[in-house]
Amino acid sequence: MNPYTNKGNKATRTGFGEGLLAAGQLNDNVIAIGADITSSVGVDLFASAFPDRFISLGIAEQNCVAVAAGLALEGKIPVFSTYGVFAALRAADQIRVSVCYNNVHVIIGGAHAGVSVGPDGATHQALEDLSIMQALPNMTLLSPCDATETKNAALAAILQCRGPVYIRFGREPMPDFTDPNIPFKIGKASEMLKGDDLTLIATGHLVWEALLAAQILEKQGITARVLNMSTIKPIDREAVIRCAAETRAIITVEEHQINGGLGSAVAGVVVTECPVPMAFIGMKDQFGESGPPLELMKKFGMDAASIADTALHLFRKKMSD
Amino acid sequence: MESFQTTDGHLLREHATIIRQLVLQSLTEAGSGHLGASLGLADVFTALYFSVLRHDPAKPQWPERDRLVLSIGHAAPVLYATLAHAGYFKTEELQSLRKLGSRLQGHPGRDHGLPGLELSAGSLGQGLSVAIGMALAARFDGLNHTVFVVMGDGELQEGSVWEAAMAASHHHLDNLVAIVDRNGVQIDGPTEKVMHLEPLADKWKSFGWNVAECDGHNREQLIETLKHRRNATQPLVVLAHTIMGKGIPAIEGDYRWHGKVPSREQLPGFLKDLRNMHKT
Repeated sequence: MNPYTNKGNKATRTGFGEGLLAAGQLNDNVIAIGADITSSVGVDLFASAFPDRFISLGIAEQNCVAVAAGLALEGKIPVFSTYGVFAALRAADQIRVSVCYNNVHVIIGGAHAGVSVGPDGATHQALEDLSIMQALPNMTLLSPCDATETKNAALAAILQCRGPVYIRFGREPMPDFTDPNIPFKIGKASEMLKGDDLTLIATGHLVWEALLAAQILEKQGITARVLNMSTIKPIDREAVIRCAAETRAIITVEEHQINGGLGSAVAGVVVTECPVPMAFIGMKDQFGESGPPLELMKKFGMDAASIADTALHLFRKKMSD
Repeated sequence: MESFQTTDGHLLREHATIIRQLVLQSLTEAGSGHLGASLGLADVFTALYFSVLRHDPAKPQWPERDRLVLSIGHAAPVLYATLAHAGYFKTEELQSLRKLGSRLQGHPGRDHGLPGLELSAGSLGQGLSVAIGMALAARFDGLNHTVFVVMGDGELQEGSVWEAAMAASHHHLDNLVAIVDRNGVQIDGPTEKVMHLEPLADKWKSFGWNVAECDGHNREQLIETLKHRRNATQPLVVLAHTIMGKGIPAIEGDYRWHGKVPSREQLPGFLKDLRNMHKT
């Protein structure tokens, strides 16, 4: 059974906004940069509480990112949040050179992750941001699983991290189930569910779906371990190796292209350290489309039933090898 | 400190000649790089580092120093030569330019630890934005230093520059000064042929900037323009009209010398050209 209780659906972007506000209350150097859509990406809370520490720069993401680099070079802690598609792609060169090459502590919030953005369609569904951000030297890449964890991840990203951080979160209210008293540990995966037959390594919203998938598998007599990989970079190598060695089958689960995302990061560890059969849940080199979030997740094979189905196939493959 | 606030024309001319010599020597030794802009900007850098900027080579992290951001990273040799000549590091180190393990990267890289270097840069169109961030930080901290940024004219073809121009004006950054190296040429040829920039002063004015134009080789005029700007409430852009490759008649204004360096055989003649210019 699923040992976690949904305290009520809540958007991870709301969690990010709460984390930013809390960080601002703890440290006067925290400054937020807005690119027009502040209420949509969780920055409005901070902007109302600290109007003097909010900088509006308009719909100009490239400028926003490089301005943030300038602030950080002078010891400020700038947080820039916009939709992930714009943050990670429109401003990719500024992130690479002004932020990452200068290795400054700039926090970039990438909102509207995945197809669960819903009706806005493909242009606004960030599905490539993990690949691009992961490839950049000095970057820390976070992808928390629910609103509670996103709040704690934002706090850690802003106040504990050094260097560039990208934190990814979603639009739609989704199950909120983690313990608010567990502090976010950068670079550490958390085991959500014990199991020995295979491991579901999930990130973001899909950790919940992976927990549901584990329930389905349980009915088939398969115990699935569920790992919440809330830091994509640096990836928790030890946790991946342990899961590979102990369960001998790994399925990665992400609301992102399977090229270059969580799956690639995990596979990089698995093939070099402990090769075992793997399967990948995620977007298969295609764009999303408009529709209700949950139906889109189903269509693209990211819901609990699809995850369980893929896991079952992999388990049978493992047993027949 | 005192020697960096000079208005002595004779001294300034000497600094400019030495900086050009160091640029030529280091680029010849490197065997690759961008000579044109570095020679063209030698007078601008002389004016900045030996008269205008409040700075101290003994304290490169002094919080109240004026900041100099080089947006056109390919002009790194003139920045390195100036920093060395001002005393940030030994001029001998200029010979390591572009070599393995050097603190003098082909385009500036702070991770190599060169003192006096404010920003790693090289991808065009980002320096003005970074300078805005620095100017905003100074305002937050109640510090009254100025942030200077040196840009190229071809660089102004990058759209992000105009995002930044809008933002600096919107936020009334009177502690920000942009200097545009208006040499009129870029790699493919004259700027007006590659992508029309004029009427450039009007463009900046329409974005809400104070605009000054001056002869980018007239050091006294540059100093006057850069120093006396305090009554403004808006950022200032100085369109510094320069000649790419200034000091070497054979290459002056020739866009083919944007990304070229002298051969070892050419160097003595080029250095002689500089001495001749110094005398006149």
